[in-house]
Amino acid sequence: MTAPLHEPTAEAAPSPAEEAAAVSAGTKAVQGRSLGRIAWERLKRDKLALTGGIVVLALIVISLLAPVITSLVGQDPDVYHEDLIDPLFGTPTGSLGGISADHLLGVEPVNGRDIFARILYGARISLLVGFLSAVVAVILGTVLGILAGFFGGWVDSVISRVMDGLLAFPQLLFIIALVSVMPNEMLGLTGTSVRVFVMILVIGFFGWPYIGRVVRGQTLSLREREYVEAARSLGAGQLYILFKELLPNLVAPIIVYTTMMIPTNILTEAALSFLGVGVKPPTASWGQMLSSAIDYYDSDPMYMVVPGVAIFITVLAFNLFGDGVRDALDPKGSR
Amino acid sequence: MTTQRTSGRRKQAVAAAAVVAALLTTAACGGGDDSGDKGSKSGAAGFDAANNKVAQASQAKKGGTLRFGGAQDADSWDTTRGYYGFMWDFSRYYSRQLVTNKPAPGKEGATVTPDLATDVAKVSDDGKTYTYTLRDGITWEDGKPITSKDVKYGIERVWAQDVLSGGPTYLKEVLDPKDEYQGPYKDKSADKLGLKAIDTPDDKTIVFHLPKANSDFEDMLALTSGSPVRQDKDTKSKYQLRPFSSGPYKFESYNPNKDLTLVRNTEWKQASDPVRKAYPDKITVKFFTNANELDQRLINGDLDLDINQTGLSPQGRTTALKQHKENLDNPVSGFIRYATFPQIVKPFDNIHCRKAVIYGADHVSLQTARGGPLAGGDIGTNMLPPAVPGAEGQSYDPYELAGANKSGSAAKAKEELKACGQPNGFKTTIAVRNNKPVEVATAQSMQASLKKVGINAEIDQYDGSQYGGIIGSPANVKKKGYGIIIMGWGPDFPSAQGYGAPLWDSRYILESGNNNFAMIDDKSVDGLFDQFSTTLDAAGKTKIATELNHKIMDGAYYLPFVFEKFVNWRSSNLANVYTSDGYSGMYDFVNLGLKNPK
Repeated sequence: MTAPLHEPTAEAAPSPAEEAAAVSAGTKAVQGRSLGRIAWERLKRDKLALTGGIVVLALIVISLLAPVITSLVGQDPDVYHEDLIDPLFGTPTGSLGGISADHLLGVEPVNGRDIFARILYGARISLLVGFLSAVVAVILGTVLGILAGFFGGWVDSVISRVMDGLLAFPQLLFIIALVSVMPNEMLGLTGTSVRVFVMILVIGFFGWPYIGRVVRGQTLSLREREYVEAARSLGAGQLYILFKELLPNLVAPIIVYTTMMIPTNILTEAALSFLGVGVKPPTASWGQMLSSAIDYYDSDPMYMVVPGVAIFITVLAFNLFGDGVRDALDPKGSR
Repeated sequence: MTTQRTSGRRKQAVAAAAVVAALLTTAACGGGDDSGDKGSKSGAAGFDAANNKVAQASQAKKGGTLRFGGAQDADSWDTTRGYYGFMWDFSRYYSRQLVTNKPAPGKEGATVTPDLATDVAKVSDDGKTYTYTLRDGITWEDGKPITSKDVKYGIERVWAQDVLSGGPTYLKEVLDPKDEYQGPYKDKSADKLGLKAIDTPDDKTIVFHLPKANSDFEDMLALTSGSPVRQDKDTKSKYQLRPFSSGPYKFESYNPNKDLTLVRNTEWKQASDPVRKAYPDKITVKFFTNANELDQRLINGDLDLDINQTGLSPQGRTTALKQHKENLDNPVSGFIRYATFPQIVKPFDNIHCRKAVIYGADHVSLQTARGGPLAGGDIGTNMLPPAVPGAEGQSYDPYELAGANKSGSAAKAKEELKACGQPNGFKTTIAVRNNKPVEVATAQSMQASLKKVGINAEIDQYDGSQYGGIIGSPANVKKKGYGIIIMGWGPDFPSAQGYGAPLWDSRYILESGNNNFAMIDDKSVDGLFDQFSTTLDAAGKTKIATELNHKIMDGAYYLPFVFEKFVNWRSSNLANVYTSDGYSGMYDFVNLGLKNPK
């Protein structure tokens, strides 16, 4: 018997093995179905991942439109509503943390700021830091990982040792120390922007070894492949091989690791804000909301539940989506 | 209206709320609901029953174990080194002084009464000589009598700051302003009693010679740092682990940050001590790392009171106020919480810009941020704590902070901004300790209300444990542009000098560890402090204190937030409970008793 290697007959439900074979057998044979297209079709069938993706998309839209949405409901994240606070206890007078038609998720204890508006604005910080620090990590990780894997020798040794060092580094402690000595103004930025900028850089900087290791490993195996040999024997330059031959084949693992890294970064941002070294008040942040909710967990549990649920949903959505993307791009990958 | 257009989003929010509500029901289960008529059953004296008055004095019985809890251990139990207010209060269990705070509620508790001495000082030589005679029957825990030389040696230890740092140094500054004495550990004389300012002609007499009169001297002697220490029992830096007792109780065991147990000192005689009632047989202190756990133990009745006496934390406070109000007292702490404006940072060199901030801030909002009228305190209207003689409380309110302008006056703030030459407002930075959530909340409140009048304030949260080097350094304050500093201050002893000199006297401006944050450099203020220290009659001191307060308020150097109050827990089993102004509104520990000794 001969396996129908070049004709994926079972169009409706091809087994992962067949598809992988189809991919590695060359793109021509499957009539121009690109890697992306195949992955997308697999992703479409993964309902959980799709839901995650939709939530992620919604979060992005919501945080981009935060000022619009809050002005539509007539709220501002920084305006105090002390008339809604019981001065004796500092907790909202309304039930369920002061939920009302005006304040959809209630108001903060003590100052009565609208929680709905602050959650939306907090999403901006979380996503901004989550995404951009992942971008920093991906750029650094890809470039350094590919160099280490391709050149080997002392370049590999140096970069690998640096990665080991960074992975062992207590990054949370380092950021706390760094932020407390940070000037209030730098590079034309002030206040919260400085903090956000520093968080992005530092979280990204400590995140790149995770991607760097994977890229290095992939490069190590890819550089011995025949097509690289072929390109080399045809006289291709090293840069050409690096960026035209190797990089396109590294895109899949990079995308997977990026989607997995974003939720981790969001959690790191929340942890930093929780510890008081994140964004500066009055800028809203989920971690900072959780931190101030501790004093009211009994008298106003809503205040802790809301940002907690927001972080939970966001991280869950990113993880589901990331899992789906990995399954779609790399079905052989073990969990 | 605008809300109509958002019905789609509203639905999402409602759905989210439903999810959250489901989570909530599980969260709320732990609340418990036993808010029956505990008041009558528990036997607690009632809300504020021990605030400035004695509660249930007749029900105190001898014996039993008095159980303290705390979230923080003392800085040191060495009588020379302790500076925490609760340590001074607690130290009376195991140490006596020549004179001490009167065991009486409220204002009377801040007056001085004889303890080891037979009477308060015989003052002569225009307030430069103080003479005391010691009582009969006063003994150490090994039965030996306490002599005037022990008192002198105990006071001399204040000079040994290199070994015994941390405590108040008033006695050293007043008795030896030129810093001539080296301290007992470097003393060349055989008996180690080389300090010339104190004479001990015999074992019963002690005479203090002040180079310059100071009307607060006896208040300084009444501090714990004036306690006797016996030379052969002085273990120097280890003394804090096991102080040698001169009071009704002695140390049985002490594990720092864990627990402390005192038992009766059998050599102490009630007849020799007019101050201490010494009801319980045993006193225990247990330290917790989590303030919420401590509050829970208090409310459950496992502990009798909080040794730190800084009030319940928000969580426990809410529960206690709702369910056990009869177990609470709401004393004034003696602290004023405030914002101050360093004049070295522009534009706060201009009085009108300072006034603009005072008028622009929302004082009710600041009060709520501090914890509201009970846990925060009354809106502060001037800079002299209510317990200090000469204070006028809220009746002196030059900026009408508790009156017409209590929610801020944008009109007046704008007027002042114009007069300051900054009609459109300005930018500045608020410096606040990062380890005090309540202070951060006040900073945010100021930020929000100042924004309305065009003053854009950035909040800088610095490492609170390092404040001496950060806001205590004028050079750093200037560099960082801290135009507004949020702090609090309480008097070591209730006197305008004790409270105000470090804050307002230009001679107290330091390069590091500075407390005159506003950089007040006013010869007339300095002059008033000089005058105060040489005025010996109480009425004259009171008048100067009032004048000082007015001068400071006229200069608009400070924006007071609240005359701070605490919500303190008193167990139903406590008797003879009262707060004392001598200890900043804390309960007077030394005379607490139990109703049912167990």
